[in-house]
Amino acid sequence: MTHLVVETISKLYGASAALRDVSLTVAGQDYVVLLGPSGSGKTTLLSVIGGFTAPTSGRIHIAGRDVTEVGPAKRPTTTVFQDYALFPHMSVEKNVGYGLKLRRVPAAERALQVGRALEMVGLAGFGRRGIHELSGGQRQRVALARALIVEPQILLLDEPLGALDLNLRRQMQDELLALQRRTGRCFIHVTHDQEEAMALASMIVVMNQGRIEDAGPPARIYARPATRFTANFMGESTEFSGIVEAPGVIGTKVGKLPHEGGAAGAEATVIIRPENIRADGGGAIALGQARITEAVFQGAHYRVLAAAESGQRFNLRMPPAAAPAPGDVLTLSCAEVDLVPV
Amino acid sequence: MALCYAFIFLPVGVLVLFSFQGGDLPVPPLHGLSLRWYAAAFNDGRLVDGFANSLLVGGVSSALSVFIGFLAAFGLARYEIPGKALLRALIMLPLAVSYLLVGMGLLVSASVLGLGPSLATVIVGHVVINMPLAFAICQAQLGEHQRRIESAARDLGAGTFRVLFGITAPMIAPALIAAFCLCFTLSWDEFLIAYFNTRFQVTLPVVIWDLLRGGLNPETNAAGSFIFLVSISVMAVVEIFLLRRRR
Repeated sequence: MTHLVVETISKLYGASAALRDVSLTVAGQDYVVLLGPSGSGKTTLLSVIGGFTAPTSGRIHIAGRDVTEVGPAKRPTTTVFQDYALFPHMSVEKNVGYGLKLRRVPAAERALQVGRALEMVGLAGFGRRGIHELSGGQRQRVALARALIVEPQILLLDEPLGALDLNLRRQMQDELLALQRRTGRCFIHVTHDQEEAMALASMIVVMNQGRIEDAGPPARIYARPATRFTANFMGESTEFSGIVEAPGVIGTKVGKLPHEGGAAGAEATVIIRPENIRADGGGAIALGQARITEAVFQGAHYRVLAAAESGQRFNLRMPPAAAPAPGDVLTLSCAEVDLVPV
Repeated sequence: MALCYAFIFLPVGVLVLFSFQGGDLPVPPLHGLSLRWYAAAFNDGRLVDGFANSLLVGGVSSALSVFIGFLAAFGLARYEIPGKALLRALIMLPLAVSYLLVGMGLLVSASVLGLGPSLATVIVGHVVINMPLAFAICQAQLGEHQRRIESAARDLGAGTFRVLFGITAPMIAPALIAAFCLCFTLSWDEFLIAYFNTRFQVTLPVVIWDLLRGGLNPETNAAGSFIFLVSISVMAVVEIFLLRRRR
């Protein structure tokens, strides 16, 4: 079911555009991650969805209702802020119950719901604590409970894990996913960390310079990125650039490679992820020979950089058993399906 | 360095010491310690009235200064207003104007408006000189972190009024209290504006000035020491609140 529709949203600050004609459709159960480098517009987009920033043009619809002119107080969204933005002068339970109090929920009912919400985020019994007595992870949970207790249609999370150390971040990722499944709500989460994005998202939206570069399920975004920017941002890859020689074929430094579309004579690029380049000669498409320039052991695999005499560089992975060493010559190949035009 | 401090604080010490003078004159030799001059001061109707007036002027003017300063700081920190820098400069301007000018200006304006000198005029004068201070203190507390906290409250359904008095003010309460105390101490022993703009109902510094014209008297020492004690206590409150905030 369509839940959130972002319709050609632009946000201009003077001459510079934070968002340009951004359109997006999100389903009710989606865990959406807005992913991009700083300055890509992802936080602005979140702020526009939450009602904190008025777009210069375009409309926002939530659950079939046009909310473009609706302020944050009346929008069916709540936000978990980057620094959690807890009320420092209130106890944990007052923080969590604040939204209910504004909705005039009677005190007894409020206490009950606050108790349930705290239990849900694993903070049962912390109600009377002050905010300053909590650790970063605990504050994060209070912020989640406070935002979820008012049953928003969409929960917005602005780099919620940025301030946590690595172990805690992994743990909170799992808890966020579990929370999203349990509440069945739509989460929209902003981050610049592609691993975090892939771990959490049912839909990744890659942003760059105020535009959406690519949007889709993580596996597709990683394996078959729509643009070169997405390909590079989502992980390492090897690029083969050349000229389209005939429909479906480009000539590159490693020979002719299949390529979808493109008129003859045009420049074109295909990319391949490191784990899809084979050094065992088993691929249908030959990529020629290359000499290893660098091999770094990374536990589960070696990260191998290699160069062909033509100047073509390769970035691939090899199993530890292969024990690659600089100077070794590899015969490389791949499957046709793993070559992705960008 | 120590000598400098001694030079500055010795008169204060002497003044306080001779407020406990057992004899009739606030000069050496010291004829034993006694509280008789404090008793005299507290039985002197003029001093007691002056004390009450100073309390009133200090309390009301400081409360107004903090209230107006807080609202101004919030407005300038949270809304897009054309000419922000100019407005800010304008609000801070009274800090640079001498009390003499403020006092005279008030007196002239009051008489043009047909209002005689009164405690109300003094209160206005003290708001003029103290509000920029309260504004500056509040402004320093209203950063981006506080803005996000306010956004969170709005997000959960709070209107501007609720945010202002339910979130922002309690959140920066230590600064508001500190600002109030600072304004109070400044108002408490301000003389020029109070002197120019009062006639029959006068504040404590004006009463003491009157007494001093009648010659040296341990009673004035006692009153002066008392003013000092109040100022010090209020500053101590400020320190406590600022320290507690840092913790």
